[in-house]
Amino acid sequence: MATAVRLLVLFLLFLSSPNPILSLYEDQVGLMDWHQQYIGKVRHAVFHTQKTGRKRVVVYTEENVLASLDLRHGEIFWRRVLGTNDAIDGIDIALGKYVITLSSGGSILRAWNLPNGQMVWESSLQGPKHSKALLSVEKGSKSKKYNIVIVLSRGCLHAVSSIDGEVLWKKDFDAQSLEIQQVIQLPGSDFLYVVGFSGSSLFEVYQINAKNGEMLKHEIASFSGDFSGELSLVSSEMLVALDATGSSLITISFHSEQISFQQAYISHLVEGFSGPAMMLPSPVTGIFAVKINTVTVFIEVTDKGKLEVLDKTEQPTVISDALSFSETQQAFALVQHEGNKIHFIVKLADNWGSNLLKETIELDQQRGLVHKVFIHNYIRTDRSHGFRALVVMEDHSLLLLQQGAVVWSREDGLASIVDVTTSELPVYKEGALVAKVEHNLFEWLKGHWLKLKGTLMLASPEDVAAIQRIRLKSSEKSKMTRDHNGFRKFLIVLTRGGKLFALHTGDGQIVWSVLLHSLRYSDRCQHPMGVNLYQWQVPHHRAMDENPSVLIVGRCGQRSDAQGVISFVDTYTGRELRSFGLVHSIAQVIPLPFTDSTEQCLHLIIDADKHAHLYPKTPEAVGIFQSELSKVYWYSVEADNGIIRGYGLKSGCVGKEAGEDCFDTRELWSVVFPSESEKIIATVTRKPNEVVHTQAKVVADQDVMYKYLSKNLLFVATVAPKASGEIGSATLEESWLIVYLIDTVTGRILHRMSHHGSHGPVHAVFSENWVVYHYFNLRAHRYEMSVIEIYDQSRAENKDVWKLVLGKHNLTLPISLYSRAEAMTKSQSYFITHSVKTMAVTLTAKGITSKQLLIGTIGDQVLALDKRFLDPRRTVNPSQAEREEGIIPLTDTLPIIPQSYITHALKVEGLREIVIVPAKLESTTLVFAHGVDLFFTRLAPSKTYDSLTEDFSYALLLLTIVALVAAIFVTWVLSERKDLQEKWR
Amino acid sequence: MAPINGSKPLVLLFFVELCVSLFSTAGAISPAYGDGYTIYGRVKIPQGLGVKGFALPGKISNVKILLNGGQNITFLRPDGYFSFHNVPAGTHLIEVAAAGHFFSPVRVDVSARNPGKVQAALTENRKGLSELVLEPLHEEQYYEIREPFSIMSVVKSPMGLMVGFMLVFVFLMPKLVENMDPEEMRRAQEEMRNQGVPSLASLLPGAGRS
Repeated sequence: MATAVRLLVLFLLFLSSPNPILSLYEDQVGLMDWHQQYIGKVRHAVFHTQKTGRKRVVVYTEENVLASLDLRHGEIFWRRVLGTNDAIDGIDIALGKYVITLSSGGSILRAWNLPNGQMVWESSLQGPKHSKALLSVEKGSKSKKYNIVIVLSRGCLHAVSSIDGEVLWKKDFDAQSLEIQQVIQLPGSDFLYVVGFSGSSLFEVYQINAKNGEMLKHEIASFSGDFSGELSLVSSEMLVALDATGSSLITISFHSEQISFQQAYISHLVEGFSGPAMMLPSPVTGIFAVKINTVTVFIEVTDKGKLEVLDKTEQPTVISDALSFSETQQAFALVQHEGNKIHFIVKLADNWGSNLLKETIELDQQRGLVHKVFIHNYIRTDRSHGFRALVVMEDHSLLLLQQGAVVWSREDGLASIVDVTTSELPVYKEGALVAKVEHNLFEWLKGHWLKLKGTLMLASPEDVAAIQRIRLKSSEKSKMTRDHNGFRKFLIVLTRGGKLFALHTGDGQIVWSVLLHSLRYSDRCQHPMGVNLYQWQVPHHRAMDENPSVLIVGRCGQRSDAQGVISFVDTYTGRELRSFGLVHSIAQVIPLPFTDSTEQCLHLIIDADKHAHLYPKTPEAVGIFQSELSKVYWYSVEADNGIIRGYGLKSGCVGKEAGEDCFDTRELWSVVFPSESEKIIATVTRKPNEVVHTQAKVVADQDVMYKYLSKNLLFVATVAPKASGEIGSATLEESWLIVYLIDTVTGRILHRMSHHGSHGPVHAVFSENWVVYHYFNLRAHRYEMSVIEIYDQSRAENKDVWKLVLGKHNLTLPISLYSRAEAMTKSQSYFITHSVKTMAVTLTAKGITSKQLLIGTIGDQVLALDKRFLDPRRTVNPSQAEREEGIIPLTDTLPIIPQSYITHALKVEGLREIVIVPAKLESTTLVFAHGVDLFFTRLAPSKTYDSLTEDFSYALLLLTIVALVAAIFVTWVLSERKDLQEKWR
Repeated sequence: MAPINGSKPLVLLFFVELCVSLFSTAGAISPAYGDGYTIYGRVKIPQGLGVKGFALPGKISNVKILLNGGQNITFLRPDGYFSFHNVPAGTHLIEVAAAGHFFSPVRVDVSARNPGKVQAALTENRKGLSELVLEPLHEEQYYEIREPFSIMSVVKSPMGLMVGFMLVFVFLMPKLVENMDPEEMRRAQEEMRNQGVPSLASLLPGAGRS
């Protein structure tokens, strides 16, 4: 009977066993994930307001995003993310309903429907050479026939119909050396003027009929000096150019029969002039601006070509383009900084002296300087003209200013994240900041009662809405204190704008943001850029009172030998603790597994001369490091030369007065790949914070295999030089992919495998003892994924029990990388449908939970794929024992189950990276995917076996218990009665 | 996969059914100005077949067409046509990224010797295409569908199991006990007492006397 009961229970358990696919119900969206949409730093904006309908502004950004924003709230109406090598050169609105974009260096012209962003037409423009790409849409005449877009692209002038994208005429400029600078179209005339330089001192003008492209006039004039190539149109017949030395201005009048030049030295105009000048785009007719060092000088051009200085200012100033807001009037805007305030000034074009509008706005200091301003006018209720300005800030954020206030702002810096790390939240303390008050017991019960109704499908639509609201608004997830499960953390993100943000993992809110002082433009550091983030101080037991902090590493320029910059930021408050420019460059940063007495992590910074510098620069840190010096090895990958080198360290820098914290390196080994046949395209190592739970793997036939677990393994993929480009660039015979597993301490190649007829790009992940990599198979013309698992054979004989009992095993022997490793590898390959942008693998606190691969697909979705699908022991017909172990029968293609997209129906546009952070709860891992959009979710690769699910119904549990207790009493009474009857009988 | 009819145009169906020999030819290419060719194609997303309307059927404004893993990206025109310009001769891969639909990547051979010829084939099932008309292989449903309320789901829940188990004990056990041989019963009781397993009765107040 007992077996019968057990069988029944087993059967019931089987019935209730969860679906093996990780999946989500539609009403669970937003419970543990959040998604934020951004566009990036705006490069240009075009306003579009009709008398009726929605007011919008169309922008394009440095992330190649074309977007239409709501002018009232700053929300995105629609957005199109173009390819990475399809940068937009120009944008305009034609016919009042199409957005015209010119992209890819002027070779692609597209029209987009303004209300919904549907592409209407696309034309490809071709020409003989690269040149400036310019776009101008005919605006002057009102006649319907005149819907021409004039495009300068690849050295040719094209007139394109804005209705269907048909090229109406094309004018090829034969002169090879002609550098066209501007295409001038005068309002109300049919003539186009194309002006440019030929060589350094020849100035050319072409007059062209805009209707048919017929060339009417061509004039060349030679100037005695050299032009710098900068040109500004100041009036309908006058241009101002700068000479090559940047010390004199040349006024060119080109309408008259003869082109005439007039040269004026800036030193005559501006007192105390020094250094080369820079032209700023001319705001309006008759006025142009020149920037000399930090001084902006406004110069007026009189009718006779005489130059007069109108104004000069030392404050950082940004000028908008001209805006014609009525039939006759033109205005432009200036934004000037003064302390932490900005002045927004609108002036009429013909009246410099007075301001049409002057507003002073206080701005958040963390936004930095104004980089760009775009103005737009509107008609107030009293029929006067009002102006609003769209301002792009140094931190890439976008603000709309109107009536002296910031109407809305967008943190678009988050569209270009450089690096991500996490930080714990403060521990709950009395008085610590807690986002919301716990709601009371009644509300709690009410919530659960509603949930119960939902489970039993008794809820009315209002109830369903209420349930959804309660679930989404759960104050639990956005609290500002540490939680037991480790779900709540700060995501510390560094953006390309040099700003550091702390995002709360609960709901994605920005907790603090700081514009890093060290990553701002200065005379010493002309092109600062943030590179990496590291955890600097992670206090947990010795220094609990310290706040955690992060290390930000940057450099002044693209090259790796540029001067380095480091900065430290407190992650609770967002305060920049200290920052300094380094005397050396930063080529590589190695976080060391040692901490000092204040729990600061030791970091080794390798400079371009291969000297190692230890941080923090304290005697204590040096002392700790000195004792471990002989155990520290590092390697460098020189992808261009095809060399991987391994190094050791020795104390003291030779020939340098640097202190004790500088170490010399000695080369230990190098692996040189033949440059004519192999090119390194991918290298990947294990995550340093990965935890492995079991060293051995028990396979089906009670056999044990020991995983080869070394933190010092490097996976290297090389391809044939021809096959390193895009697909289609190499033929089957001339492409191959070779993968290596290299020990980075000894330089030994543990495994080498080649895939013939395979092509890059290669994306790989390395975890525990396996590597999974994705590449293109030319033979099948499909993408393929391969897995390599590496096992340690030297410990294989330990599985004999008798040896263990008698102590004849080698488990207690110290494992040294110098002892000859007997590694055994297994591998297998599978087809996969999608192209991959990035790959990651889940990481949990203790490494017990099974692994999932997270694949960022070309469609900007993130697919979770169980590691069991990539098991080299899969066979077509697994035996019964193997099936029990969980081996899936072999198929040639990896399955794509739509329910296992962790981004579900959302897209992470422009996906670049997937960041994995383990939670404290073993079953769960936190996933943060970023690109132009941000997406965060929690993932449980083996289901949440160690906690109840979100939708667990406590009310149903209570009800069941009550029912059980009631049943107990009923049966007790019944049994008592029966007993009594028995006794009476 | 046997060749049936090489020139019959594709009809708007869920699957490319009338497709034929592995590589059939199609005139979707034209020599262009500079160094490359132009690939013209069309994406057809079945209208109205989208049953679970999470992705609006026919919403093609955000469909991306990708050449060679993102080297070139283009969008669809309102009529579903797309084109790639300046494509060099060779073998290329076209992918379609459309939320809610699963498209097979397409292998496209652009012939240098014979301009004006393109060969296309789906890589998923190696079907050739006579025209470069791409249709989704199937729809993608990103969410689990909540099953309507059924008594089984309650029974299968842990609470349901508890109740069910108890009911079994309350109503079936006495029956089983009744049917038992008294001798065996006594022996079982003896055993239980020896093991000291707390019986249900002993847990209840006033029942411990027996």
